[in-house]
Amino acid sequence: MSDMKLEQDQKQTPSENAPKMRRDLSPSEAVHEKDWSDHKGILIVVEQRGGIAKKVSWQLLGEGRRLADKLQTHLSALVIGSNVSGLAKEAIYRGADNVYLCDSVELENYRTRPYSKVCLAVIREYKPEIVLLGATYTGRDLAGAIATHLPTGLTADCTQLDVDENRLLLASRPAFSEKMLATILCKQYKPQMATARSGVFLALPLDPTRQGDIITIPSQMTEGEIVTQVLDFLEQTDHVSLEDQEIIVAGGRGLGGPEGFVMLQEFADALGGVVGASRAAVDAGWIGHDHQVGQTGSTVRSKLYFAIGISGAVQHVVGMQNADMIVAVNRDPQAPIFKVAHLGIVGDLFTLVPALTEAIRAQKRNSGSVPVAL
Amino acid sequence: MHIVVCIKQVPDSREIRIDPNTNTLVRQGVPAIVNYYDLHGLEEALRFKDTVGARVTVISMGPPSAEKSLRQCIAMGADEAVLVSDRAFAGADTLATSYVVALTIEKVAQEFGIVDLVFCGKQTLDGDTGQVGPGVACRLDYDQLTYVEKVVALDEKNHTITVHRHLEDGVEVVQTKLPALITVLTELNKPRRASLPGVLKAAQYKPVVWSTNDFANIDRSKIGLKGSPTIVSKTWVPEPRKVNTEMIDGPSPEAIAADVTKRLWSSEAASRLGWA
Repeated sequence: MSDMKLEQDQKQTPSENAPKMRRDLSPSEAVHEKDWSDHKGILIVVEQRGGIAKKVSWQLLGEGRRLADKLQTHLSALVIGSNVSGLAKEAIYRGADNVYLCDSVELENYRTRPYSKVCLAVIREYKPEIVLLGATYTGRDLAGAIATHLPTGLTADCTQLDVDENRLLLASRPAFSEKMLATILCKQYKPQMATARSGVFLALPLDPTRQGDIITIPSQMTEGEIVTQVLDFLEQTDHVSLEDQEIIVAGGRGLGGPEGFVMLQEFADALGGVVGASRAAVDAGWIGHDHQVGQTGSTVRSKLYFAIGISGAVQHVVGMQNADMIVAVNRDPQAPIFKVAHLGIVGDLFTLVPALTEAIRAQKRNSGSVPVAL
Repeated sequence: MHIVVCIKQVPDSREIRIDPNTNTLVRQGVPAIVNYYDLHGLEEALRFKDTVGARVTVISMGPPSAEKSLRQCIAMGADEAVLVSDRAFAGADTLATSYVVALTIEKVAQEFGIVDLVFCGKQTLDGDTGQVGPGVACRLDYDQLTYVEKVVALDEKNHTITVHRHLEDGVEVVQTKLPALITVLTELNKPRRASLPGVLKAAQYKPVVWSTNDFANIDRSKIGLKGSPTIVSKTWVPEPRKVNTEMIDGPSPEAIAADVTKRLWSSEAASRLGWA
């Protein structure tokens, strides 16, 4: 790691003269001619908080495994944090061939500069051809910084990934408010970078028999060199993470107002599920954005999904069509939601939902199965 | 205190429809608006104008028609507006865009005074990437605070800013030194309406316009299509998954509910959920 070049971290202060922009942070003609054949393998940057990995990181390792096998190359993970060696092992069990581990006390909380420097050091030393991060708030913050420094192309918020016979990453993402998908290529730069959405790809089951090297990476900044300070973390206790739910009861414009969601909550409680919503209902202010499925909201893979009073616009459907079983209730027999539903009911949701709530409660009593919060 | 606000004029993508017959975008009649996340950045800057007398310069890269959006910002209370416009910038991806935006901020700093703070929207409505803000911060060597939902304190004496960063599971309270670049969420504030004096000023106002020739050190290989590593290879409308839909009907809501429940309990989903 001795030949790694690290950026100077001199900070301008307002008292200095006009800022001088960094001239080295852009592609140039010379880059186009470059031979990239020394870039091999796929790198997944694992995101964690308090030693717990984000689910999207394991999902990306699952997808990365598939892509690496297709390219006949290796899959690596990069774990950054403080006291996170357990995650390095888990990354191996989740599909990585080897893991780069940067474990240091000043890396306990995510901060852009120290984290991006570790990523840049690993990428420059080990030269992966593809680098993937979760499209979380932190993942997007970090990916934007890394791609600019390298420099290389970065595709945001992918929902499909593949590779072609020229080893190009086919990074597909929603465009135009999720009404279309676009496939983005990065032909002349390496690594090819993308962030990918949570809940889209499948994590591999833990396999503790898997083995792989864990390579220690030194931290690249001392605490004294880091300007940004994390003062506090305020956990949001009423936070709803739809991506992890097994049963979702989602409501749309057809609910007519916030009181419709009270009825829906009762139904969700009977099922042991949580309430989701279409963008129309969220935009109308009937329920919070945390509950939104599809367009700029969550992509879910629940085992059971009820779509109540949701017409089924493309931007909603892309977020829920991978649910195992979909039941739709809508007044309009032509509603597109019926094209993706396994069971469809045309009728008045205000009489159907209470009836369904009662029927589910009765069935659960009879079958002795108690509603559990999953 | 001098604050730069980056804005982009975008087609209101909420209004873009897909033609069901051709599966192509219908762009006709789609209004051009200021990317609404950016307006929350402008509002925050204007609050510092109100409270500590900050000067606010709005910049945009775009076609000449983007002057309209810059005038809207002047009407809301911005002091100056700069449009960076050149056909050579066309086709820029986020890397090439951040290069030109950073050059512009550098030039704004030289000509209008040192920049302490830059506000950007968290992402644009038409690109949805959120990558330009971090790109600009890297190039200017500013610290970046992204997805900010609240500015807690701006300490002019110690040159620090403290904010709430929005994360999936909570809020992070973060402090950094100026100059810094901040990308903002709509939760941050409610953008003001244009004032009457603002509207009068905007009606007369001509934004400063810069093209590639106004940047002495611009590297032409880093702008527009040529400076963009990513290319769109295709776009398509995703086909919904094909399923065999069973429509349920019955004499009463209760009968339908009983039927649905029976089917649910005999489904694979029920066994996966441990119900059956």
